[in-house]
Amino acid sequence: MRLITHNMLQCPVKGCSKDNFPLRIEDAEIENADADFNPQFLKRMLDRIAWGALVQTSFSLGVAKLPESPGDPNDDEFLQTLHHVLLETRVKEGRMVCNGCGHVYPIREGIPNMLLQENEV
Amino acid sequence: MSRPEHTAPPEIFYNESEATKYTQNSRIMQIQADMTTRALELLSLPPDEPCYLLDIGCGSGLSGEVLEVEGHVWVGLDISEAMLDVANEREVEGDLFLHDIGHGLGFRPGTFDGCISVSVLQWLCNADRSSHVPKRRLARFFTTLYSSLTRGGRAVFQFYPENPDQVELIVSSAMVAGFTGGLVVDYPNSTRAKKYFLVLFAGSPDNSSQPLPQALGTDLPQGTEPS
Ligand SMILES: [Zn+2]
Repeated sequence: MRLITHNMLQCPVKGCSKDNFPLRIEDAEIENADADFNPQFLKRMLDRIAWGALVQTSFSLGVAKLPESPGDPNDDEFLQTLHHVLLETRVKEGRMVCNGCGHVYPIREGIPNMLLQENEV
Repeated sequence: MSRPEHTAPPEIFYNESEATKYTQNSRIMQIQADMTTRALELLSLPPDEPCYLLDIGCGSGLSGEVLEVEGHVWVGLDISEAMLDVANEREVEGDLFLHDIGHGLGFRPGTFDGCISVSVLQWLCNADRSSHVPKRRLARFFTTLYSSLTRGGRAVFQFYPENPDQVELIVSSAMVAGFTGGLVVDYPNSTRAKKYFLVLFAGSPDNSSQPLPQALGTDLPQGTEPS
């Protein structure tokens, strides 16, 4: 799972609407995978990124340091850093934990298990 | 023709051997790619713009690869672990999630530019467990899909409806969730090439109503097959 998609995830458990985002990542094994640099895509997505959550997550995982607020979308260095964090950083193993309801979503081979019990939907 | 969704739930039906079959049979692969290409066309995304797309029932990633070739970034959901493992082995670029879409999606509002889905929707009409009420599962799915799309975003589902009642159930569930749009039937007079696409609009950026895209092969008389 790339960090761009982690930034879009919120806990889908029924009734969990407080502190359901971002899901806290624990015991993560991080993998870097090269991806084609696509400034057009990054600019398109910039408005959709929850910046505070991204800064917090990338800090907790010890990946590249991001500025406190989004940089200039025309600054190539900023876009390169953003590209690396969003699209080249993958969580391979570990788990995501919801700060609201405590649900644990295990991650195996890069694939989060989002299955819920019937009483959670 | 036997319908796979009648034999077992999808996570059982698409086991390891079935999953492998899906990526070794070139005919299945070609059909899957063709339907993805058509679904992408019906999405009518802005030209030459890399988008962030959702693939519902991504399976082994055959449809995702079509999205990659077109320059899009994708996220795939599937309920079959065996299929996702095959996708992983094939090193697809998309993010993969093990998920039951009948439980609703877990994405923030306005996440995706669009959504495609190939041969999945009919599975949602099954009641594999006593707790499965198809109407409720469809409602949860469409409601959460609607919110996860950008305003004006589209979702296109190729599917194999079993009967008119099923079509009615699916379309009405989508409309109750807020979508507009409807069914596009390609090659309606052909037995072999006939394909059902549910084309849904999640609002529109300027609140205007959007016409349904034109179906293919509607001028062919009954019984003629496209070459
Ligand atoms: Zn939660």
